[in-house]
Amino acid sequence: MSEEAVAENTKEMKKVFDRPESLNDQQFSYCPGCHHGVINRLIAEAIDELGIQDTTVGTAPVGCSVFLYKWFDIDVIQPAHGRVSAVATGAKRARPDLTVFAYQGDGDFASIGTNNSTHAANRGENITTFFINNTLYGMTGGEMAPTTLIGQKTTTTPQGRTAKDYGYPIKMSEMLAELDGPTYITRQAVYDPKRIDKARTAIKKAFRFQMEDEGYSLIEFLSACPINWGMDPVEANERIKKEVEEVYPLGDIIERS
Amino acid sequence: MPRGKIEIDINRCKGCRLCIETCPQDVIAFSDDFNSSGYNYVETENPEDCIGCGFCGKVCPDVAITVYKRQKEGV
Ligand SMILES: Cc1ncc(C[n+]2csc(CCOP(=O)(O)OP(=O)(O)O)c2C)c(N)n1
Ligand code: SF4
Ligand code: SF4
Ligand code: SF4
Repeated sequence: MSEEAVAENTKEMKKVFDRPESLNDQQFSYCPGCHHGVINRLIAEAIDELGIQDTTVGTAPVGCSVFLYKWFDIDVIQPAHGRVSAVATGAKRARPDLTVFAYQGDGDFASIGTNNSTHAANRGENITTFFINNTLYGMTGGEMAPTTLIGQKTTTTPQGRTAKDYGYPIKMSEMLAELDGPTYITRQAVYDPKRIDKARTAIKKAFRFQMEDEGYSLIEFLSACPINWGMDPVEANERIKKEVEEVYPLGDIIERS
Repeated sequence: MPRGKIEIDINRCKGCRLCIETCPQDVIAFSDDFNSSGYNYVETENPEDCIGCGFCGKVCPDVAITVYKRQKEGV
């Protein structure tokens, strides 16, 4: 069929997928195939679907997603590295009428900011936290993070991470689930359409808990960083399925409401 | 008549290949050209085979794809 004929046919067609309203027109600065982009879009879709664009405040980390304020058409605060859960706490306590989310990389959430993120969870702060676990520090060039897998080569573990020298991959979600504070903790992935749909449902659920005053939610995402993993984006998706999920299994960890 | 149609914003595309791998109908392929950011972008090679499933849009990390689906008669 010619291009013209295809265009003609569009008239009877309904738009079923488009950019969400809560993203603006700016291009993401992420590398090709980076899952931060998918996760950002899913959060924006959830905000659209819940009708909370004008009443949502995001808090963005230092890391590759530092520019959330450029890409989201909502208000975003960008605190110092590791302080995202603390600043989100402040925003929510000052304005409990708003929906507040914390968006944090694994360096931000599980390394420099472990204290802030742990205590926010323990207090059961009424915020929604998105924890992007790509098993290393992306922005600074692929150094080891506490989440790095045993044997994984990074720029600071060129021979691969060993438990003897560097400890074990930290399971933040399981750890925080031991506390009495959190309401909902789940681990999700975004490497295929089915997983993406599940992740979107989890995001909406977490926002709803906050809107109903149910307390702290955490969604950990297993996220691809193809460039620092030395893989193309398709191989990086396979690595999540074959290796990362083995250490960090997907699914709900706690739900108490 | 195709059951679906997509539009790719070529200047947002970073040529990651995820949509090509995910499309069940082999609609999408690399173009021979580069976009304003220097990426080898993708285009629709077999547009008549599109079923409007939306998978390509869902996996695109750069939100570069708009998807249309033909509505059933009388809907
Ligand atoms: C106080 C402070 N310490 C260290 C840094 C350097 N730094 C910038 S980003 C980053 C880690 C980012 O990794 P992660 O949180 O996993 O996010 P990603 O980039 O992988 O999404 C570090 C250590 C900094 N900017 N500020
Ligand atoms: S370095 Fe990794 S996490 Fe950062 S934008 Fe690139 S792929 Fe994404
Ligand atoms: S909508 Fe479905 S069939 Fe059409 S190009 Fe996208 S993935 Fe392929
Ligand atoms: S998924 Fe998006 S960015 Fe990647 S090749 Fe397809 S259109 Fe381009």
